[in-house]
Amino acid sequence: MKEFKILAVVVILSLITYWGVEPFAHSQMHKHVEGHNFVYDGAADIAEATADKAAAKKAFWGEVNQIDKLPGNAAAGEALFGACMGCHNGAGINMGGVIPPVLDHAGSLYDKKYLIALIKDPAMASNVDHKYANTMMHPMGAVQAMVTTPQQIADVVAYIKAKKVGKMTPQVAYEEACGRCHANRYGGLTQLGETPKFKTEKEALAHKLKVLDEQSLVEKYMGKLPPDLSIMIRARSEQYMETFIENPQTQLPGTSMPRVGLTKEGYESVKAYLEETGDPSKEARHAIGPWVILFFVIFTVLAYLWKKHHWKDLH
Amino acid sequence: MSNRRDFMGMALGSFAALGALGALYAAKRTWDPLPSVKSAGFTTIDLSPAQENVLVTEKWRGKPIFILKQPANAPKSDREIHVAGGRYLVVVGLCTHLGCIPAYLADKKQFKCACHGGEFDSLGVNTFGPPPRPLDIPPFKISGTSVILGETGPEYEKMLAAGLTLKV
Amino acid sequence: MAHFDEKAKPFSHKWLNERMAVDTVKKVLSTEYWIPKDINFLWAMGMILAATFGLLIISGIFLLMYYQPSVSGAFDSVNHTIMSEVGFGWLWRHIHGVAASVVFLVIYIHMFTGIYYGSYKRGREMIWLSGMLLFVLFSAEAFSGYMLPWGQMSYWAGMVITNLFEGFSPTIAGGVANFPGFVEWLRGDYVPGQAFLTRFFMLHVFLLPLVIIAVIVLHFATLRIPHVNNQHGKEIDFDEAAKLYKEGKKKESKVIPFNPVFLSKDIFVMGVYFILFFYLVFFHFDFAMDPVNFDPADGLKTPAHIYPEWYFLWSYEILRPFNKDLGLIAFGFAQVAFFLLPFLDKSPVVAPANKRGLFKVWFWVMIVDMIVLTVMGKLPPEGIWTIIGLIAALVFIALFVALPFITKFEKKA
Repeated sequence: MKEFKILAVVVILSLITYWGVEPFAHSQMHKHVEGHNFVYDGAADIAEATADKAAAKKAFWGEVNQIDKLPGNAAAGEALFGACMGCHNGAGINMGGVIPPVLDHAGSLYDKKYLIALIKDPAMASNVDHKYANTMMHPMGAVQAMVTTPQQIADVVAYIKAKKVGKMTPQVAYEEACGRCHANRYGGLTQLGETPKFKTEKEALAHKLKVLDEQSLVEKYMGKLPPDLSIMIRARSEQYMETFIENPQTQLPGTSMPRVGLTKEGYESVKAYLEETGDPSKEARHAIGPWVILFFVIFTVLAYLWKKHHWKDLH
Repeated sequence: MSNRRDFMGMALGSFAALGALGALYAAKRTWDPLPSVKSAGFTTIDLSPAQENVLVTEKWRGKPIFILKQPANAPKSDREIHVAGGRYLVVVGLCTHLGCIPAYLADKKQFKCACHGGEFDSLGVNTFGPPPRPLDIPPFKISGTSVILGETGPEYEKMLAAGLTLKV
Repeated sequence: MAHFDEKAKPFSHKWLNERMAVDTVKKVLSTEYWIPKDINFLWAMGMILAATFGLLIISGIFLLMYYQPSVSGAFDSVNHTIMSEVGFGWLWRHIHGVAASVVFLVIYIHMFTGIYYGSYKRGREMIWLSGMLLFVLFSAEAFSGYMLPWGQMSYWAGMVITNLFEGFSPTIAGGVANFPGFVEWLRGDYVPGQAFLTRFFMLHVFLLPLVIIAVIVLHFATLRIPHVNNQHGKEIDFDEAAKLYKEGKKKESKVIPFNPVFLSKDIFVMGVYFILFFYLVFFHFDFAMDPVNFDPADGLKTPAHIYPEWYFLWSYEILRPFNKDLGLIAFGFAQVAFFLLPFLDKSPVVAPANKRGLFKVWFWVMIVDMIVLTVMGKLPPEGIWTIIGLIAALVFIALFVALPFITKFEKKA
């Protein structure tokens, strides 16, 4: 029928335009970045390293992989972990530019090899070695003096992986992994954690000043204030988020953002929180959408019958 | 045009009306007060600093709240709240006539509303003028020396059941 | 002096007829408003535009209840208050965003239908002109609306488009057409800021919708006498056809009444449209709510890729390949080209394009060119894309220059 031909022309031309303007154009604007499925064995780092760094990275990750093979003693690791608590104590004190993250769920959030690498050389592991000529300048650089031998590293990581685990809400995952640098105002979080409810305006402003002070310290440490992530889940594509969080250097070369070594599960938890604050209507959309569409399908059927009723004696 | 009943048209129209009802429901929900507004409806007030016959004004849900500590020798009343040995009047400070804030005249132990001349005694009971009922008592829950306005406790439920106030 | 029967019951049919001639109004605008029978579903696009505009107004009303037109509050009032806190706020936002984009798809289909069937000439010039005016008004409405969320794209689109009003470079004609002060005046500030936001808010929410409604009424008024066109462009004696229809000879009559016959087809097409529309609203809306605008506006950082909304891309691409001054001329030409269509087409023939010889070629080249311009407008200005874009822009100009010549020699048959 002629009308179907016309419809086909309109649909095809519209789809071609859509394809050109959306999937095709965006693929040209943002070159595809390969993810590594949250595996931190150094293979990608070595492959992508510049010539002057390649040898150092190869040696580093080789050693990390060796330590990974050592049997770790969690009991011995617990004793060593006391040293970590010197900074990672949740007291909210800024050290070297940032408040050291709470490690309550570090075993669930972070990858084992990554933890080994991080304790061995924080700058190298988190891919900010381009910022620090000497890793002792890194806020966490002092760890190299506290946990020194491969066996000690294996022990501490074994302890973390055995004892610093547990179910965590998406918000807790976010606070531990991202919250010391990235605020989330829609979730009521600043770099100082959840904002309490204040009775007087004076108290609220005093807190705000404390937040601003902390933010200026983080800004000095990072070079610029890490963005608020309230709605970041809608500001970047799924692919971008995954590859960026796995290794920020792949999407923003030269950035000061450290890679934090999330496992796939850790990433899913953090992503769930980002969706809570940035796209909370997703569930409702998916619940209501099919019904609205069904309504219009029925509407169209009834409309067609009504149309036929009026047109049947016209031709 | 056909003179027969347009059944298909009526069916379509009714079905469309169903959809319109759904849309109206969504519209009604859009007009609802926001969750952040509703959850901000709780205020804790410490009653202990109040002095006898000196009016203290606090705020709850944007409205003024009168706190008046009753003198120790005054006759007891069901309208009082007993907290940590003290007896307090805790009422919404809006005249029950048309909503102006009455002033408290400590020497006369009386609230006087400037808008239309209404008067209430020191327990908030209307004594003169257009106000139709005593000053309203907000929902409260006693916690130590404080009251949490917005939450309800057994004392408030009793006052409500005895008809001493309307629900605010 | 009209006759008023004192015995007529208030608000009864007779009573209303005496005062407002409701029967006559009903006949003229509805039950005896004759539409040709020889039409296809493309004839429903006008109704679909009205329905979409209605959706924009209704969803806009609810957004307006919570939107805050301040540079500090706008972004969060939309992306937090409306999207998370307001009951069904996300629904109105999604409907508003998707409708604002889809309305242009329907406008273009409606416009190209008119071009294909020659519905811009032989008495229908005013319909075409009022329609093109509506296109410009809708473009202004869309642009002003896009400013309101105050995201990165809002800010930088505002910056770039207002910069266009600087006119030509100071070097051209001694700077007579150069107005740097005008740009600041337009913005109400040196850069897009609070003054800029609130005045575009005023335009978007009040002034432009009023003008649009007025021009829609004008558009309907210009249509009433010439009547709607038909698939073969045939001239119809509407009085004769109406008589046939009213006598019950529906098959022989060439016309149908607007209500309920034409309306029933319109509503069916609308149903199909709404299935697609709401699928997009709930499940596929990134094309209408670009991720770049979910970054709050930052006057000290231009995003790596900025681009207008898709419906402006063809126009944007015509400006891009040229230097600043030439580009402005090309851009100006692009805005008026379609307005001039009734006067550039020198043939009096009203017929579908496929029956109009060279015009058929002209039409399809124009369609392909518009699509190419649109896609090129989105692509980064590099390599082969710039070459294709330049060719497409030149083809556009050539098409409109050539039209008078192509149509002058068209067969009159």
